Amino acid sequence: MRTFILSVSACILFLAVVTMPADHALAVDVTRTRLPNGLIVLHSENHNLPIVMITLVVKAGQIHEPAEKAGTANLVAELLAEGTINRSSKIISEQVDFIGASLNATAGADFTTISLSILKKDLPVGFEIFSDILLKPTFPESEMTRVKERIKGILKQREEDPSFLAEREFKQVVFGNHPYARLTEGSSSSLDLITREDLKRFHAGYFVPNNAIFSVSGDITSDELGALLSKYLGNWEMKQLPENNSLELETRRIKKVIKINKDLTQANIVLGHLGISRENPDYYAVSVMNYILGGGGFSSRLMQSIRDEKGLAYDVHSFFEALKQAGTFEVGVQTKNESASTAIADIHRQLELIRKEPVSDEELSEAKSYLTGSFRRRLDTNRKIADFLAAVEFYELGGDYVDKYAGYVNAVTKEDILRVARKYIDPDNYVLIVVADQKKVVLEE
Amino acid sequence: MKYCRIFIAFFFMLFPSLSYTADVHEYTLDNGAKVLVVEEHKAPVATFQIWYRVGSRDEPAGQSGISHLLEHMMFKGTPRYGPSVLSKIVQKNGGTNNAYTTKDYTAYFEILASDRITLATELEADRMRNLLLDQKEFTSEKNVVMEERRLRYEDDPQNSLFEEVVAMALKVHPYQRPVIGWMSDLQSIGRDDLASYYQKYYAPWNTLIIVVGDVESDAIVEKIRASFEDIPAGQPVKKIPFTEPEQRGERRVLLKKEAELPFLVAAYHVPGFPQEDSYALEVLNLILSGGKSSRLYQSLVYEKKVALSASADYSGFYRDPYLFFFFVAASTSADIGDVEDYLNQEIETMRKSLPSEKEIQKAKNQIESSFIMGQDSIYLQAMQYGLFEMLGGWRLMDRYLDGIRKVTGEDVRRVAQKYLREENRTVGILIPQKRDH
Repeated sequence: MRTFILSVSACILFLAVVTMPADHALAVDVTRTRLPNGLIVLHSENHNLPIVMITLVVKAGQIHEPAEKAGTANLVAELLAEGTINRSSKIISEQVDFIGASLNATAGADFTTISLSILKKDLPVGFEIFSDILLKPTFPESEMTRVKERIKGILKQREEDPSFLAEREFKQVVFGNHPYARLTEGSSSSLDLITREDLKRFHAGYFVPNNAIFSVSGDITSDELGALLSKYLGNWEMKQLPENNSLELETRRIKKVIKINKDLTQANIVLGHLGISRENPDYYAVSVMNYILGGGGFSSRLMQSIRDEKGLAYDVHSFFEALKQAGTFEVGVQTKNESASTAIADIHRQLELIRKEPVSDEELSEAKSYLTGSFRRRLDTNRKIADFLAAVEFYELGGDYVDKYAGYVNAVTKEDILRVARKYIDPDNYVLIVVADQKKVVLEE
Repeated sequence: MKYCRIFIAFFFMLFPSLSYTADVHEYTLDNGAKVLVVEEHKAPVATFQIWYRVGSRDEPAGQSGISHLLEHMMFKGTPRYGPSVLSKIVQKNGGTNNAYTTKDYTAYFEILASDRITLATELEADRMRNLLLDQKEFTSEKNVVMEERRLRYEDDPQNSLFEEVVAMALKVHPYQRPVIGWMSDLQSIGRDDLASYYQKYYAPWNTLIIVVGDVESDAIVEKIRASFEDIPAGQPVKKIPFTEPEQRGERRVLLKKEAELPFLVAAYHVPGFPQEDSYALEVLNLILSGGKSSRLYQSLVYEKKVALSASADYSGFYRDPYLFFFFVAASTSADIGDVEDYLNQEIETMRKSLPSEKEIQKAKNQIESSFIMGQDSIYLQAMQYGLFEMLGGWRLMDRYLDGIRKVTGEDVRRVAQKYLREENRTVGILIPQKRDH
C-alpha cells in the first residue's frame, strides 16, 4: 500500500491512474484517478452483487454561504432533482423510482453529497439522470418557493423534538459567528432572502469537477466506468473556484447555562464546548480517549456509571464532532426531569476523572482493540466503501489510510490520553443546555 | 443500545427474489434448536443471530413489556460473565452486538470478524441458560427501560399518537400493547415474573440460530453443537390463538399534547403473509408510498402542499393479522380536516380505479431492487431469513416473490376495496397544545 504505481488507462479521459495495491485483509481494491477536468475518481470493483453505489462529494457546504443567506447550500441540494433543462421534478422521481434506485442530495457543514444506489442493469439511465441533476438543474422559481415552505414547516415540526432544540442551541452558542453555528437548513428569515439567482450562482461556482470527488463501489469494471464517465460527465468543465473569505473562529472560553422550558417527562441535556478539527494530529488520541469516556457504548465510563450502575438513562454518550475547520465536544443524556442534576453531577465527575488520572491498561487495550478490530466492518458493504473512500479523499487522509489506521490508534499511550483530556476537555468553561419541564428540575449551576 | 422496533418501516428492503436466494445450510440440533448457515465470503465478517419465538404478543395481562425487559436483562450477566461483560468482550474483539424485541419474537445478534465469530456461540449459549437476573440489576434496569419509554413515547407526540391508534384499533388481540409496555405494567413487573418468563421461553425448542458471513457451514455448526447441544430442549408452550373481531365502524381518537403541528395516523385491519391478499397489499403500499413519485407524496406534499410528509406503511411479516397504516404530517398552513379529506380522496381513487400497468411494474421493480441491495449487508440478510422462519420457514421466500410477481391491477383495486373501508379504520389526530413559558 505504500507504493504508488503510475499507469495509463485505456480510457482516453483518464490522464493518469494512481493504483493503490489492495490490502487483501480488508478486501478493498481502490483505483484513484484524476481526470483532466480535475475530478478525482475513486473506484472499488466488487462483483458479488449486481449493484453499484455512487457517492459524489462536492466541496460546497454551509461554510461557503453568507450568514444572511444561511440555507443556500441545503436549498441547492434539495432542488437539484426538482427540475433540469431536460426533466421536470416529476419525471426525475418517476424515472428513479421506476428502476428501484435511490438518488439523494444532502448538504452538510463542509460539503454536499449526491448518492445514487442502483442495479447494474440500469447504470446507463442512472448515469444519465445523475449527470442531468448535477450539471443541468434549473432551480425553477415555483419549485424553490414550494421547497422553502416545506423546509420552514419541517423546521417548525422539529421543534417538537427536545434533542433538536438542545443541539440547535448548543451549536449556536459554541460556534458564535462561524457558519457551523447555524442550522444547515438556515432559518425562516434567511430562507426568505435567498433568490433563484443565489442558487444558480452557488451551483455554477462550486459544482465544478476540480472541486469534487466521485467515488463508486460495486459491479462495474474500470472500462465500463470510464465509458460512462466519458459519456455523461465528459463535458463537465474545470473552472476557477469563487474566492471564499473563511471566517476565523472565535475561541471564547466561557461558561453558559441555558434552560428551555417544555412540557416533557425527561430533561434533554447537552454539555460541551469547542473540540477539534479533523486534521488535528491529536485526532486519534482523542478518539481513544473518547471511546473510554463516553464513545464506547457499554464499555464507556459514562454508560457504566449513569446507565448501568445508576439506572438514570437509556442513552448517555460523548463525542467529538470533527469538521474541516473546527469541531465540538459534547456529552448528551436524557433522564427524567427529577434526576437531571444527578446526571449532570455524574458527567462532571467523569470529566474530572479522565483529566486527573491515567486510564487503566485494560481500558486502553480494549479501546484500541475495538477501534482497530471494528475497522473492517466499516468497509463491509458497497455503500459503506463508496462513502468511506470519498471521506478519506475529502479529509486528505492519504491513499494508505486503510493500512495506517491501526498504527495511528496503536501508537496512542496513556500519557497521550491524559494530555488530550486535559487539553481538549474544559471542566469550567462549558455550555450546558437543559431542555426540560423546568419546574421539576433543580440545577446546581 | 437495545432497541424496541415499533415502526418497522424498513421491511420493504428485505424482500426476496428467486435469483438471489443464497445457498442455505439447514440443521436441527438434537434438542430441537434450528440452525441456518449462509456462506457469504465477500468480506471477512460474519453475523451470529439467535431468535426466540416470543414477543409482546405472548405476554400475560398486566405484564406488557416483559419480553423487552428480559431482553435488557440478557445483558446483565451470568455467573461466568458478569453484567455488561458480554458486550465488552464483543467490543474488545472489534465486534458489535445488540438485540431487539418485536411483537412476535426477540432477536440477539453479534457482528464480528469471521475468525472470531465462535465467541458469539459461547456467549449466547451461556446466557440462554445461566442468566443471573440479579435483583439489584433488575431494579436499575427497569428504570433504564422506563427512561427509554419516556424518550420514545411520552415525550414524542407522534409516537404517542401511534400508540393510541394501535391500542384503539385492536381490542382483543395483544398486538394492541406496545412492545415497550405500559408504564404501570413496567412498574409492577417483578424479578420473579421475569425469571419464570425466561425459563418458559428461552430454551432450544423455541430457538432459531442464523449465521451469515465468511464461515464454513460444517465447521461453524460443529461449534454450535458443542455450545448448545447439552442444553435441555425445554417444554414447548402452545401459542394462544387470538382473533380480533371484525370492526364495524370507524373509531377516532384525539391526542392533545404539546406539539408544533397536527399529525394524523390511520390504521386499517389487514391480513399478513402468507395470506393471499398480502402480496397485493405490498404492491398497494408502494403505489401509495414508494418514493417521491408515489401517489401520496405527489398529491398531498407536492401538488396540494397540505403535508410535510405523507406515507403508507404495510408489513405482512406478522404472525397474526395486523394493520395497514397511513401517516400524514400537516404543513404549517394546512387544516388537519382538509389533510384527512385529501388522504381519503387518494384512498377512494385506489378503491375506484385500476392503477396503471406502469405503477404496478414500478412497485415490483422497487421490491426487487431493495431486496438485492439488502443482500449487500450480512445483517439484513440474516434478518430476512429469520423473518421468514418466524412465519413458517425460509423457503417461503420463493412463494412470496412468486406472489408479488403475479399481482395485477385488479388485485390491487380488490384489496383496496376490501380493506381500506371506513368501517375498518381507526383514525388518530394529534392536536398541538401550546403552553405558556
